[in-house]
Amino acid sequence: MQADWIWGLAGGGLIGIAAALYLLVNGRIMGASGIIGGLADGSAKGSAATERWAFLAGLFGVPTIIALLMGGSETHLTGNLAVVIVAGLLVGVGTRIANGCTSGHGVCGISRLSLRGMVATVFYIGAGGLTVVVFRHLLGAI
Amino acid sequence: MRALFAFLAGGIFGAGLLISGMTDTRKVQGWLDIFGDWDPTLAFVMGGAILPMAVAWRITQNRTPALGGLFPPPPEPRLGRNLVIGSVLFGMGWGLSGLCPGPSIASLSFGGIGGGVFVLAMVAGMMAAPALRARLDPAPKGA
Repeated sequence: MQADWIWGLAGGGLIGIAAALYLLVNGRIMGASGIIGGLADGSAKGSAATERWAFLAGLFGVPTIIALLMGGSETHLTGNLAVVIVAGLLVGVGTRIANGCTSGHGVCGISRLSLRGMVATVFYIGAGGLTVVVFRHLLGAI
Repeated sequence: MRALFAFLAGGIFGAGLLISGMTDTRKVQGWLDIFGDWDPTLAFVMGGAILPMAVAWRITQNRTPALGGLFPPPPEPRLGRNLVIGSVLFGMGWGLSGLCPGPSIASLSFGGIGGGVFVLAMVAGMMAAPALRARLDPAPKGA
């Protein structure tokens, strides 16, 4: 669809505004993997954990309401649960070893010209592109 | 107060992910698939997000956060092995599924069983990560 890039730009702007709000008001980097990971491994405690749960409640709740109002939304995720499990494990382990994902290294890192953010982004996009090419075009698996 | 603004930030983030199409794995995989029917949307999303955030980083200079405390320290200059190894593993999972951590939570209500299974596997991976991280490269890590 031709209008997709306009929606991309508008949605991207909202993502940037959310990251700016979290930085300027709460003083924190809006990295989804760090926020989830700190709760998963128990490193975030007390009020820091409450703050993270509140963030996740918004991240889950608001798209849920918008999707309901729009009459549903579709992720088009593969139905192959083995692929889903392997992918989920890789995303969980990888983002925590690299200490960041698309939001933390990508949006928050690149915008402050962080070398780590830029290097991470080059490697996860490169690995992601190679994975899609191999599994889609060579193996026909996804 | 901190929780309220965290909720707001999370909500705006989620709305942005949904509106931009980043909860649709086809668009993400379409962007990664340079040999297929390439979808440029993700580049617009990234650009649209980086601009306001670049302004925000400027505002942080010589100031403190509105709710007190300190802004994050400058990024760690050291790159380290973990940054590369972790990003490659993440990119493989991202390419296989089309999901990264933010959209996986944002799409949980309409992502079906697969979406829930993905989040459970991702959380399991995150629980296993600290032990692996220490083994790969024990040096402290920055954001």
